[in-house]
Amino acid sequence: MDIFLFLVFAIIAVVAAINVVVQTHPISSAVSLIGVMGSLAVLYLLLGAEFLAAAQVIVYAGAIMVLFIFVIMLLNAGTEAKRGRSLTVQLLGVPLLVALLGLLAYFVQRLFPQSVAVHFGGFTGGTALAVGRALFTTYLLPFEVTSLLILIAIIGAMVLARKEMD
Amino acid sequence: MDAFIVITLIKLAVIAFVLLTAVAYLQWVERKVIAHIQVRPGPYRVGPHGLLQPLADVIKLITKEDMMPSYVNKPLYLFAPFLAVTMALLAIAVIPFGPQIQVAGYPTLMQLADLNIGVLFILAASSMGVYGIALAGWASNNKYALLGGLRSSAQMISYELPMALAIVSPLLVSNTLSLRQLVESQAGSILHWNVAGGGQIVAFIIFVIAAFAETNRVPFDLPEAENELVAGFHTEYSSMKFASFFMAEYLNMVTVSSMATLLFLGGWEAPWPAAFGSGLVPSVLFVIAGLTALYHGAHPARKLDRYTLTGFGLIFLVLAVVFALPIVQSWLLPLFWFCAKTGAILFAFMWIRGTLPRFRYDQLMGFAWKFLFPVAMLNLLVTGFVVAWIS
Repeated sequence: MDIFLFLVFAIIAVVAAINVVVQTHPISSAVSLIGVMGSLAVLYLLLGAEFLAAAQVIVYAGAIMVLFIFVIMLLNAGTEAKRGRSLTVQLLGVPLLVALLGLLAYFVQRLFPQSVAVHFGGFTGGTALAVGRALFTTYLLPFEVTSLLILIAIIGAMVLARKEMD
Repeated sequence: MDAFIVITLIKLAVIAFVLLTAVAYLQWVERKVIAHIQVRPGPYRVGPHGLLQPLADVIKLITKEDMMPSYVNKPLYLFAPFLAVTMALLAIAVIPFGPQIQVAGYPTLMQLADLNIGVLFILAASSMGVYGIALAGWASNNKYALLGGLRSSAQMISYELPMALAIVSPLLVSNTLSLRQLVESQAGSILHWNVAGGGQIVAFIIFVIAAFAETNRVPFDLPEAENELVAGFHTEYSSMKFASFFMAEYLNMVTVSSMATLLFLGGWEAPWPAAFGSGLVPSVLFVIAGLTALYHGAHPARKLDRYTLTGFGLIFLVLAVVFALPIVQSWLLPLFWFCAKTGAILFAFMWIRGTLPRFRYDQLMGFAWKFLFPVAMLNLLVTGFVVAWIS
C-alpha cells in the first residue's frame, strides 16, 4: 500500500514538475507547482513526517502559492511566446541532461555507499511534539535568528514599498 | 483488518449521505429563517412547508443546460468547482462528532479519520479551498468574475491569519493538536469548555468573525456582492458547476461551525453532567416541540396545517421516546449535543445574514489587519503566559 501510494504521488510530482516548465501560461505553471507541493506533502506523510506534511501544504501550497497566483492575476500576465531554440540546444539538451543526472546519481552512490532503502513507517519523530521540542531546544538559536531575519526582511520590504509610493 | 475496512466504508457512506442531505436542507433552513426574519413564509409550495424544495432544487440544477462560454480557460474553468467542493468535503473527514462506540462488537470512533494533526489538516484543506474560488474567477475570463476571485483570495488570505491565531490559543490550553483529545480535555461541564473555563471567549469571537469572512458570508460576502459584481467569481458558471460552488460554501459553513464547536464549545460533551439530568434534555425539547406542533395542528391557521403540523408533532414525540431509550443513548446523546452546538452556530450564520448589511471593501481589509490580527496576537500572547504560569 505504501509503495503504491509512493509511486502514484512520486509520478504526479515529477509530471507536475515537468509541466511547470512546459506550460506557456504563468497560471498553468503556478497550478502545476501547487500539484508538486501537494504531492511532496503526501511523500512527507508516507515517511512519517506528519507535521512537515501539514506545514508544507499550509505554508507552501497554501500561503505562498496563493500570493503567486494573486500577483499573476493582478498583473494579467499573458501566454508566453515560444521562441525557436538554437541547433546546439536541440542537439545537446537531452544528452547533457542525462549526463548531469547520471553524474548526480554517481556521486550520491559514492558518498553514501552503505545507505539502505527507505522503509515506510520507520521514522516516528515527525510529530508536532517532536518538531516543536527540536525547534525550541536543539535548534533554538538558528530558529530565533531566522525569525529575526524574516522580521528584517519584512521591514525592508515595507521601507522599499514606501519609497516608491512617494 | 477486514472489519475495519467494512466499518470505515459504511461510516463513509453514512457520513457522505447525511452530510450532503444536511447541506441541501441547510439551504431550505436558511431560506426559511431569513423569510421569517423578513415576515414572509419562505418556500411553501413544494411539499408541506416547502420541505421538498431542496429536492426540487437539486433536480433543477442537474437538468439545467450546462453552458460553457467560448472564451474561458477550459481546463482551469472545469477544475475550479471540482477543487472547491473536494477540499470542502476533505475537511469533514477528520471532524469527530462522538466518542468511541461499539458497532456489531467492534469498537469504532464516530469520526472518519483520527489524525493527531487534525487541526492542521483542516487548516491545510481550507487553505487549498481558496484556489477553487481564485481560479474560477480567473479562468472565467470575465472582469466581474476576476474581481470577485481577487477579492475573495485577498479576503481569505487576510482572515486566515487571525483565524489561525484564534485556533492556537485553545490548542495551548488543551495541549493537543488532535480534535478528539481536544474535546476530551473539555469534558465535564460547561465550566471546562475552552470558551468558559479555558478563558478563550476572545479567541472564540475572533474565530467566529474570521469564519464568516473565510466562508464569504454576509457581512463579508464582498466576492459575490451582486450590486457591484453581478455574481462574483461564479458569474460564468451554470448547472452543476454552479451547484458545486454553492455546496462548497455550505460545506465550509458546516466545517467552521463544527470547528468552533470542537475548539471552544466542548464538542459532543453535554453542558452539565448526566447526574444532573443532561441526558433528558433532548427528550424534553422534543416533547415541547411535539406538543406545540400538535396544539397548532388542532387550531390550524391554514387548511393544510391540520395534517402537516399534527404529523410533525407525532414525529417529534416519537423522537423524544427514541432519545429516552437507554440502549441508543450512549451514541445518540453525544450526536445530539454536537449537532445542537453546530446547529446553533449555523443558525447564527443565517441570523446575521438576515440582520447585517455588507461591509465596504477597505473596511473589510482594515478590520482584518488593523484590529482582528493585533487582538488575536495579544490574546495568544496572554494565553501563552497564563498557560506557562500555571504549568
